[in-house]
Amino acid sequence: MKRIGIDVGGTNTDAVLIDKSTVLAAVKSPTTSDVMSGVVNSIQRLVKAQGDAPLDIDAVMIGTTHFTNAVVERARLDRVAAIRIAMPAAASLPPMVDWPADLRACVNPLSFMVAGGHEYDGRPLVPLDRDAIRDAAMRIRDAGITAVGITALFSPLTAECELEAAEIVSSVLPEARITLSHRLGRIGLLERENVTLLNASLQSLGQSTVEAFRNALESAGIRAPFYLTQNDGTVVLAEVAAANPVYSFASGPTNSMRGAAFLSGLADGMVVDVGGTTSDVGCLVNGFPREANNIVEVGGVRTLFRMPDLLPMALGGGTIIDPETGKIGPRSVGYRITEKALVFGGDTLTTTDIAVAAGIVEIGDRDRVKHLDGSLVDSLLKGIHQMIEDGVDRMKTSAGDMPIIVVGGGSFLVPHQLAGVSEVVHVEHAGVANALGAAMAQVSGEVDQVFSGMSRDAALAAAQEIATQRAVEAGADLGTISLVDAEDIPIAYLPGDARRVRARVVGTIGTPGMKLVA
Amino acid sequence: MIREFGADEIDPLAIGAWILGTGGGGSPYLAQLNLKQLYAEGKTCKLMDPAALDDDDYVAVVSKMGAPLVGQERLVDPAHLARAVQVMEDYLGKKFRAIMSVEIGGGNAISPFLAGAILDYPVVDADAMGRAYPEAQMTSFAIGDLQMYPLSLVDCRDNEVVVARAASWKWMERISRKVCTEVGSTSATCKAPRTGKEVKEWGVLHTVTKATRLGRAVLEARAAHSDPIAAVLEHEGGKILFKGKVSDMDRTTTGGFLRGTAVIEGLDTDRGSKLELAFQNEWAVGFRDGEPIVMTPDLICVLDTVSGEAIGTETLRYGQRVTVIALPAPDVLLTPKGLDHVGPRAFGYDLDFKSVFAA
Repeated sequence: MKRIGIDVGGTNTDAVLIDKSTVLAAVKSPTTSDVMSGVVNSIQRLVKAQGDAPLDIDAVMIGTTHFTNAVVERARLDRVAAIRIAMPAAASLPPMVDWPADLRACVNPLSFMVAGGHEYDGRPLVPLDRDAIRDAAMRIRDAGITAVGITALFSPLTAECELEAAEIVSSVLPEARITLSHRLGRIGLLERENVTLLNASLQSLGQSTVEAFRNALESAGIRAPFYLTQNDGTVVLAEVAAANPVYSFASGPTNSMRGAAFLSGLADGMVVDVGGTTSDVGCLVNGFPREANNIVEVGGVRTLFRMPDLLPMALGGGTIIDPETGKIGPRSVGYRITEKALVFGGDTLTTTDIAVAAGIVEIGDRDRVKHLDGSLVDSLLKGIHQMIEDGVDRMKTSAGDMPIIVVGGGSFLVPHQLAGVSEVVHVEHAGVANALGAAMAQVSGEVDQVFSGMSRDAALAAAQEIATQRAVEAGADLGTISLVDAEDIPIAYLPGDARRVRARVVGTIGTPGMKLVA
Repeated sequence: MIREFGADEIDPLAIGAWILGTGGGGSPYLAQLNLKQLYAEGKTCKLMDPAALDDDDYVAVVSKMGAPLVGQERLVDPAHLARAVQVMEDYLGKKFRAIMSVEIGGGNAISPFLAGAILDYPVVDADAMGRAYPEAQMTSFAIGDLQMYPLSLVDCRDNEVVVARAASWKWMERISRKVCTEVGSTSATCKAPRTGKEVKEWGVLHTVTKATRLGRAVLEARAAHSDPIAAVLEHEGGKILFKGKVSDMDRTTTGGFLRGTAVIEGLDTDRGSKLELAFQNEWAVGFRDGEPIVMTPDLICVLDTVSGEAIGTETLRYGQRVTVIALPAPDVLLTPKGLDHVGPRAFGYDLDFKSVFAA
């Protein structure tokens, strides 16, 4: 039962090879600009570490923070067209009304508020204004936009308007990549629309990222099932993940936290995961990330879907410091750290350079940061520590001191003492905690469909059975499957006690897929 | 007696109102967002002490009406609330002196501010429930047997309805609810206008100030990393009823209401026990292992165990860690007449009201 777990961050590509819960090999290499060669390189190094013996791999699990990084950095996002089908309802609060101004400017939405949508009971609100959608599609085409998010009133119950609008948009703009809100979100127009528009803005990045992974695995000779890790710490097939980057939003930090729990043996505490581009602060409860009970903000945007309770910060080992103003971040040199950072001979001042100059860590050539003014280094280091302290403080739920487990490649940025922290725990393999968490991830099976002509209990049972079947098909061991969550929404207007049921189960990988012989 | 309502009071009001919403009333977030939009456009609101009302002043009582779940999709629009007030003025042939909320719990706490900002009327520091309730006869005005008509109702499609007369508060509720359901279970309404004298005699007074202070207490507790739930209990003289994890949530939307039951499995000191919370928009009755332990009109609030954030009947989900608390009800709801209107029997539970705060 051997698995490879890979985590591609903005800065580093981490990979581990595990056999059940034993770490056979762990490697860390810089993320390359083409992503692919870094992944291939990592896998080859894993294989090499095992000698030349044939290596059977049952599954490859990949986690990535690419999508979150893009939102936090306000970079690499597609310009988005937002079509909301709800007029004359909801007129006072247009699409992206509650987005931070800088992110809205970055996505630069072309918004359309069109008449249509449904009532909660399935009746149309007003007739769908097809001409307005056609007109919108032409203006979207003329603006050269291909990422489109369509949100219709009550679409989780009646998807008709979104489906019809998508058809119209596709007929005008065949290359449009359309995100439909009913496939992602729940009831709650603004939050569902927000998730939809974020997902739309990430289409190019989603496709290029998954495609790059696929090529990397193929060129490394791997034909084992290939999964991307998800927000809840489970995995889904990569093709599915490509269309829905938002479902991978928190996979990186989720995996890090699960890896942190495994490596430290601590079931409860705070986790600070310092990557190259961002850091995440989370809280472990019984070995799992504390789940956000309410709306989760992603880069300042309110969303409502299953997410761990995390505080992302634009602080990592590659975070750029403006030498003039001393401003730390939010941009990062990312994977270019080995060419851009001063200690590597580059011309960009980063947090890593400050840590090296302060003598906290030995990376690159220390002589190249000798010229930095001592008091400047001190005050910047203080600023970095302050950011971490604030982050931990904001995620704490009581005034008492708690232990923090530090993981991630940039963990040297976390000092050994912090206000409000009882103990700073550094662990072995800390740099690859996320890859380890990915490798240990379970397979999930999900169902989301309307059941009718049966009682609520029967509908929930039927949904669980289908989800279980899907999980087994995806490689889960039947005996290990358990229900993660189930929820149902009654649909009053349909006969036969109809209800839409979502259920999600997880199980450990049991049935090996195709094997790799390397 | 009339003062500017500051932009920095919007968030505390919303937080306090959501807790007093006892699971219903709809999340104030959208109203809050609308109010901030209006303030950003340069509009402002004034808060008026009820004592500043002359006895013969007219006060508009505005509210969004409908199922909270629907409100999360249709999104409240200040223009419709303002329109409902104008429709009423046109019908009466009179101008209002001020606007007030029918319920301080949930989004409706902010409704009079939205209409007031557009129409430039002050908001009275009072409501008619001191919490949230699903039906028109469940107000202090109904308990006081005040006149229940006329009522104006406006939807987003240019439908405007005036219910000129109704035989009773229940009839007013039935008729207006039917209209509301017909237009999609969400609408803006202006309830029966009140005189200044009626507001002073029968209103639940100073509840805007109470909600704003409660919200501030929660915000301050969070900032100090002290327990926000403890802050709520201390601030309002409340009691902790149960701590646990949501294990099931059964909801049905019928007749314009969200009805159902939440099941909470006990954690910590409540491990091994089960709390079933029945609701009709708001939490109505709680059964611990089958025994009723808390019931309306005591305020039943379900709070996120960690953040202290109130969780509504429409957003509670499987797996959430929650603390259920009770807060004391306004006196007017605890009178025999009050209990006829809002006691457990008014919600179909054959139970004699027993307050968790009874000695």
